[in-house]
Amino acid sequence: MAKLRTRKHKVVLSRSAGGDAGITFMLVILGAFMFLPMIYVIMQSLKPLDELWMYPPRFYVINPTLDNFKDLFILMNTSWVPFTRYIFNTVFISIAGTFGHLLLASMCAYALAKIKFPGRVLMFKTVEMSLMFHQTVTALCLFIVMAAFKWIDTYWAIIVPAWASTLGLYLMKQFMDTNVTDAVLESARLDGASEFRTFWVIAMPMVKPAWLTLIIYSFQGLWNAGASVFIYSEQLKTFNYAIGQITAGGIKRAGASAASLVLMMAVPIIVFVISQSNIIETMGSSGMKD
Amino acid sequence: MSQKTAELKAVSRTDMTRAQWIWKEMKVNKVAYLMVAPYMILFTIFTVMPVILSAFISFTDFNMLQLPPNIVWLDNYITLFFDDDIFLIACKNTLLFACVVGPVSYLLSFLVAWFINELDPRVRAIVTLIFYAPSISGQVYLIWGTLFSADAYGWVNASLIELGIIVEPIAWFQNAEYVMPLCIIVALWTSLGTAFLSFIAGLQGIDRALFEAGAVDGIRNRWQELWYITLPSMRPQLMFGAVMAITGAFGFGGVVTALCGFPSVDYSAHTIMHHLEDFANQRYEMGYASAIAVVLFAVMIGSNMLIKRMLSKVGT
Repeated sequence: MAKLRTRKHKVVLSRSAGGDAGITFMLVILGAFMFLPMIYVIMQSLKPLDELWMYPPRFYVINPTLDNFKDLFILMNTSWVPFTRYIFNTVFISIAGTFGHLLLASMCAYALAKIKFPGRVLMFKTVEMSLMFHQTVTALCLFIVMAAFKWIDTYWAIIVPAWASTLGLYLMKQFMDTNVTDAVLESARLDGASEFRTFWVIAMPMVKPAWLTLIIYSFQGLWNAGASVFIYSEQLKTFNYAIGQITAGGIKRAGASAASLVLMMAVPIIVFVISQSNIIETMGSSGMKD
Repeated sequence: MSQKTAELKAVSRTDMTRAQWIWKEMKVNKVAYLMVAPYMILFTIFTVMPVILSAFISFTDFNMLQLPPNIVWLDNYITLFFDDDIFLIACKNTLLFACVVGPVSYLLSFLVAWFINELDPRVRAIVTLIFYAPSISGQVYLIWGTLFSADAYGWVNASLIELGIIVEPIAWFQNAEYVMPLCIIVALWTSLGTAFLSFIAGLQGIDRALFEAGAVDGIRNRWQELWYITLPSMRPQLMFGAVMAITGAFGFGGVVTALCGFPSVDYSAHTIMHHLEDFANQRYEMGYASAIAVVLFAVMIGSNMLIKRMLSKVGT
C-alpha cells in the first residue's frame, strides 16, 4: 500500500530522465572504484604461481586454483606457536570482549534512557564527546593505566577496555530512547518488577536489532585487532597478527598473502550480510541532537 | 517505612532547595546508579582518565624511567610549535588529509545513500554491501600495495607502460610526489562506514507523507526536495555522520604505515598520529608525546564542534 503511494508521488514529482541517468552513471563509476579492488584480492588469491608473475599482469584469473590457500595452511602448520593457539586467542578475545560489552553497555544504556536520575545527561554527553576523538589520543596513557593494573601481556588488557567501548553504548541508548515505550515499562514496575527485571525481561527483548548491532560492531573490532602494544608474548597474539607475519614474508608469498586477506575479510562480510537489516534498523535512531 | 516514602513523595519541589531535591532524586533512583556503575567506571578508567592524565603528563618530561618526572610547564608545547619542523610537516599533512578525506567521505556517504534510496530493497542491500565492505574487511587495503606495486608486475605500472604513458615503472608508495594522493584515495576507499549506514537508515526513516505534502506545496524536482525536505528531516543522522567522518579522517594512520612504511619517504605522509607514535612507542618521551596527544585531541574536538554548529543551519 505504502509502496503504491510512493510510486504515485514519484509521478507527481517528475523525476527527470537526465537526473536518473546521471545518478546511475555516478553510481556505476563509484561502485567500480569500491568493488574492483575487492574482486582483485579474490582474483589474486585464486591465481596459480605462473599467473601471479605473468608479464604483463592480468586482472582476471585464467586457471583458478586453491593452491594459495593450501600454501597458507602449510605455512600455518610450520609456525612455532601452533596456529590453533592464534585462532583460539582471537575467538576468545572476540567472544569475551563482545559479551561483556553487550551486558554492561545495555544495562547502562537502559538506565540512561529510561530512568530519570540526576547526572544522566552529563554521563551521556561525556560518552558522546568520546566519539569525537580517535583512540590514538588515549592509547599512550592507556598503557600507563594498564601497567598500573599489571595487565600488560594478559588478555585483560584487550578484553576489559572493549567492554567499555563507546559506539555501542551510544547506539543502544539512542535505540532504546525511540523503541522502548515508557508505558510498557511503567506497567511492569507497577506489577512490582524490579528495575533489573524490567530491563532484562521487558526492555531487552524489544531491542534485538540493537544488541545484534552491538555484537557485530564489537566483534568486528576485536576480530580485526592485530598487534597490540599491550601484548608481547607470542602465545597471546591474535590470528590477524599471525597472518600479518606470514604476508610480511615478501613477494614469494604473494599468493598466500592474498589468500589470507580473503580469509580475513570473509568473516566480517558474511556476518554483515546476515545481519544487515538489523544494523540498518538500529542506525535509524543513531542521530545526534544538538 | 512505607509511610516514610509516602512522605518523601508528597513533598513538592518548591519546598526544597535544589541540592535537597537532587539528593532526594538520587536516593529514589539508587538502582539506576547501580546499573550504570559497571560501564561508567570502566569508561572512566579507560577513556576519561587517559585524556586527563595526558594533559598532566604533557607538562612534564616523563620518560617511563625517571620518577618523579620534572615539571617543565609549557616547554613541550613551545618545542612542539617553534622547534620541531617535522611536527609542522605532520600538521600540514594531517590538515590536508582531514580536509580532503573528511568532507569527501561524508559527501560520498551521503550521495551514495541518497542515490540508492529509491532502489528496490533487494538491489539496495547488495549495493550497500559493495560500498560498505571495504571498511569492515580488516587489512584488505593492502591490495592497493599490490595494484600499485613498485615493479612492472604491478597492474597499474604495467597498464601505464602498455599504454605508452610511462616508460619505466614508478615506485608509487616510495615517491614523495604520489604518496599523499594515493593514501587519500585508499582512505576514501575504506571510509564508507558507520556514517554511511546511518544515512541509509535516516533516509529510509523519513515520513513519505512529507514528500507528498512537499509536492503539493510546489516542490518541483529532486534537488529542491533534497534541500527542503530530506536534509532537514535527517539532521540528527547528518550530525552523527559528521562526527564519525571527522574522527575517522583524523585517526587515519595505520593504513599509511602499512602501505608506505614508517616513516613515510621524506615524511610526505607523516601525520600527527605518526609523530605521536614515534615519540611514544619508539623514543619513550612520554611528556612530549602527551603534548602531541593533547594538541590532536583539541583539534579533533574543535573541528567536531565547528561542524556541528555549521550543520545546525542546514535547510534553513
